[in-house]
Amino acid sequence: MTGLERIITVLIAGFATVLTRFLPFVIFKGKKTPKALDYLGFALPCSVFGMLLVYCLKDTVVTSFPFALPEFLGLAVTSAIYLWKKNTLISIAAGTVFYMFLVQVVF
Amino acid sequence: MNDKKALPALKAAFPHTLPILAGFIVLGMGYGIYLRSSGLPLWYPTLTSILVFGGSLEFLLVSMLLSPFQPISVFFLSLLVQARHIFYGLTLLKKYRGRGLKSLYLIYSMCDETFSINCSAEVPENIDEGWFMFFVSFLNQSYWVFSVTLGSVLGGALSKYSEGVEFVMTAMFCVIFIRAMEKKENRISGVIGVVATLISLLVFGKSVFLIPSMVLILVFLFIFRERIEKGRVFV
Repeated sequence: MTGLERIITVLIAGFATVLTRFLPFVIFKGKKTPKALDYLGFALPCSVFGMLLVYCLKDTVVTSFPFALPEFLGLAVTSAIYLWKKNTLISIAAGTVFYMFLVQVVF
Repeated sequence: MNDKKALPALKAAFPHTLPILAGFIVLGMGYGIYLRSSGLPLWYPTLTSILVFGGSLEFLLVSMLLSPFQPISVFFLSLLVQARHIFYGLTLLKKYRGRGLKSLYLIYSMCDETFSINCSAEVPENIDEGWFMFFVSFLNQSYWVFSVTLGSVLGGALSKYSEGVEFVMTAMFCVIFIRAMEKKENRISGVIGVVATLISLLVFGKSVFLIPSMVLILVFLFIFRERIEKGRVFV
């Protein structure tokens, strides 16, 4: 990607974001939300979180050494600490540091 | 600017934003370091944190910036990741309207954390609600831009030791996903997100699977609509 294409990419992301923020104020001037939209507001976020989790792992190679082991262990540590402590930040930090240790020192 | 109303509102808003400050320092610095470790220039993190100002999308943008140029994919991914703002906006329609220029900033600076405070905080009667919400939004965005910039500056110096720091994004989405799945009524849609994305990753390959995933998710969500809505009623 050239520098210009990068700037355009950032601008597109910014534009789409602003769109999602201003849209309800422009369209729904006190009107009732359509039922289908209301349903999506409830169901879509969880699906998107699932999609993004898979997206993060898209470059993980499972067919050769180290067989996605660092990713698997990193996620295991992150999840275990979250379920144990119920603290988002501690589990993210611990999982990341553990993963960094794995890829820098172990594998 | 009406100082008489602004200063007390700032004082009232500040304590509400402290937990956000803690969170943003960790994630924001992680983001700044991650972005620098991927070889992008120093000012990129600050630029994206002002223009986009949405943690999840900013993280995703890094990997988009390192892939070939795909403007349409970027646009739809951004829409989908940020779609929740539409629902935040719907919830805050009345509160955010009619506050002049402050309305514009309030709407532009919407994010998960700001939404949760402005939606739920009880503003004391002697405090101007508009200014209160303005300062919640402004403080939160300042924390984010500051932390990201700090991470970006440190990231250059730490680059020798930062291999693997990109996992901060994976860990973040992992925890967000678990938190959503802890609620029973979210489970079907969560599974749909994972399964639909895996299917299109396998079918279309890792460079173009995002748009098919989004389409497939919408299709599945409407196929299972009745079951998902049922879970929602009986929570």
